Amino acid sequence: MQHESAIREPLILGNKSYRQITDDIARPIEGKANKYWYILLTVSVICFMWGIGCLAYTIGTGIGVWGSNNGVDWAWDITNFVWWIGIGHAGTLISAVLLLFRQKWRMAINRSAEAMTIFAVMCAAIFVLLHTGRPWLDYWLFPLPNTFGSLWVNFNSPLLWDVFAVSTYFSVSLVFWYTGLVPDFAMIRDRAVKPWAKKLYSGLSFGWGGSARHWSRFEEVSLVLAGLSTPLVFSVHSIVSMDFATSVVPGWHTTIFPPYFVAGAVFSGFAMVLTLLLIVRKIYNLENYITIKHIEYMNIVIIVTGSIVGVAYLTELFISWYSGVEYEQYAFLNRATGPYWWAYAAMMTCNVVSPQLFWSKKLRTNLMFTFVMSLVVNIGMWFERFVIIVPTLCRTFLPSTWNMYHPTFIDIGIYTGTVGMFFTFFLLFTRYFPVIAQAELKSILKSSGQEYKEKAAAHGHGNASHGHH
Amino acid sequence: MSKVAIHAIYDDEEPLMATAATLKSQGIKVKDVFSPFPIHGIDGVIGVPRTRIAICAFIYGLTGACLATLMMWYMMVHDWPTDIGGKPSMAYYMNVPAFIPITFESTVLCAAHGMVITYYLRCWMLPGVKAKNPDPRTTDDKFLMIVETSEENKSTMEALLKNGGASEISYKLAH
Repeated sequence: MQHESAIREPLILGNKSYRQITDDIARPIEGKANKYWYILLTVSVICFMWGIGCLAYTIGTGIGVWGSNNGVDWAWDITNFVWWIGIGHAGTLISAVLLLFRQKWRMAINRSAEAMTIFAVMCAAIFVLLHTGRPWLDYWLFPLPNTFGSLWVNFNSPLLWDVFAVSTYFSVSLVFWYTGLVPDFAMIRDRAVKPWAKKLYSGLSFGWGGSARHWSRFEEVSLVLAGLSTPLVFSVHSIVSMDFATSVVPGWHTTIFPPYFVAGAVFSGFAMVLTLLLIVRKIYNLENYITIKHIEYMNIVIIVTGSIVGVAYLTELFISWYSGVEYEQYAFLNRATGPYWWAYAAMMTCNVVSPQLFWSKKLRTNLMFTFVMSLVVNIGMWFERFVIIVPTLCRTFLPSTWNMYHPTFIDIGIYTGTVGMFFTFFLLFTRYFPVIAQAELKSILKSSGQEYKEKAAAHGHGNASHGHH
Repeated sequence: MSKVAIHAIYDDEEPLMATAATLKSQGIKVKDVFSPFPIHGIDGVIGVPRTRIAICAFIYGLTGACLATLMMWYMMVHDWPTDIGGKPSMAYYMNVPAFIPITFESTVLCAAHGMVITYYLRCWMLPGVKAKNPDPRTTDDKFLMIVETSEENKSTMEALLKNGGASEISYKLAH
C-alpha cells in the first residue's frame, strides 16, 4: 500500500468504505432527482430550444441574418467557437496532464471535466459548421476526391488544420472519456434493480468484469491516451490561434498567439469546471469527494493561467509599441481606446485583475466567491476573443470598410442556445452517468482518505520520513 | 481426475495480495483476480504478463503519420499542385512545414483509436457482451480470487485461503 505524506490534506472526507463510495456515486443515478435539477434542466432546455429555432432560421435564410457585415466578417460566430473550444481544454488538462503528473486530486473531477470537454466541443462545432454559410456542404471540409468540388482542400491553410485538429480532439476525448466510464457503468449494472436500467448499463459497460489482466490493460490504455492527449490539447488551441496568427492583419499576426491562447483556454476551462462542480457537489451532496481542497487547487491553476494571460496581454502591448510598426500600434491603441474600449476594459478587469484576488487563501476557499469568480473569468475570456476579432476587423487597412458590428437577435439566440445545450447535456450526464470516477477513487481511499490518514498519523506512519512508494 | 475452481472472496485487497503471495511461494498458480479497482503490484504476484498494447499504439501512430504524409503529398504535390499565395507546391519537402500539424493530428488519431479498438477487442468488451465477473459484488467492494485445484487438495486449499482472510469460499467446475 502506498503511504502519503501527512502534510497533504485528505481528498476523501469522512469515514468512507469502498461500499460507501459505491453508494454515494450511484445515488444520483438510482435515486430521484431533486427540484434544483428540474429547475436547471427546464431553463436549459428552453434556451436550447430557442437556439435551435435561431439556428433553423439561419440555415433557412442564410447568414445575412447575423450581425456580421462586409468589414467585420468574423464576429460572434468565431468568438463563440474559440470560447467554447477553450473551455473544453480544461477537461483534457485535468484528465491527461494531471494523470501524467500523478495528481490524485484529479480523480474526483476528471469525469465531469471530460464530459464538459465533449459538450463544449459540440457547441464549438455548431459555430464553425454554421459560419461556412452553407452548412449542408460542410462535408467539403474533408479531403474528398475533387469531383465534389473543384480541387482538393488546401493543406497549407490553418483553417483546414483546424478541421483535423478539432475532429481528432473530439473523437479522442470521447474514447478517453468512455474507456474510463466502462468500469463505472459495470458498477451501476451490477447493482441495478430495474430491468431497463440493468439492460441499459449492461449495454454501456461492454461486459466489463474487472479481472487483473483487464485492469492492467486499462491502466496502460489510460496512460497512453493521456500521453497522446497532452500534446493534442496544446496543438488544438495552437492551431486555433494560427487561424489568426498566420494572417497579415495587424493585431493578429503575432507569434505569441499559440501559448497565449493555450493559457487562456486552460484559464477559462478551469473556471467552467468550477461553475459546474460547485453546482454538482451541491445538488448531489458530493461535498466529501469534491472538497474545499479540490476547489482551492483549481483556483490556484486559475491564478497561474490568469497571470500568464495577463503577461501575454502586456507583452502584446509592449511589442506593438516596440516594433515601430504604426499599423500594429494603431491596432492596439484602437482596442484599448477605440469604439470597443468597454470590451477591452471588461477583458482586462475580468482576466488580469480579478484572478489576482485568489492570492488570498480566505477568498480562494470561499465557495460563493469562487462561484462568482468562475463566471467573471468566463465573461472575461469571452470578451478576450471578442476584442481580438471585432475591434480589429472594424478598423482594417481600408478606411472605407470601417464599420461597427452589432449582434442581431439571431446571434444572441444561437449563443444562448449553445449555453442551453451545454447545460442540458451536462445535467443529463450527471443524472445518468457516474459523475465521479469511483473505481479510481477507491484506489486512493487508503492513501488519501481522511479516516485512513488519521489512523496512519496516530500510528506514526504518516510522516514524510516513513513514507515510501 | 477432475479439477475444481475455488472462488474465494475477500473484503479487502491486502489479505488477497498476501494470500496470493503465499500461493506463489508454494508454486500454486492463481487463475484470475477480479477487483473493483486496479490493485497495484498484483500483476507480478499472479503472473500477469506486461501488456503490449502501448507497442500497438506506437505502430498505429506510425501508420497514421505515413498515411497523412502520403495523402498530402498525393493531393497537394502529385495530383493537383497549386500556387497558393505565391507559394507553389513543387515538392513535398518545400511545403513540409505546413504539413506538420495535420501529420501530427493524424498520428494521434490513428494511435488513439487503433489502441482503443485493440483494447476492446483483446478484452472482448463490446455492447451486448455478458458481464465477465463471476460475482456482481466485485465491482462494488469485494475482491475475488480464482484458484484451480484437484478434488483431493480441495480442503487443504480451502484452509489456506480461509487462513489468508477469505470471507467466502465457493466451488465451481473448472473448464
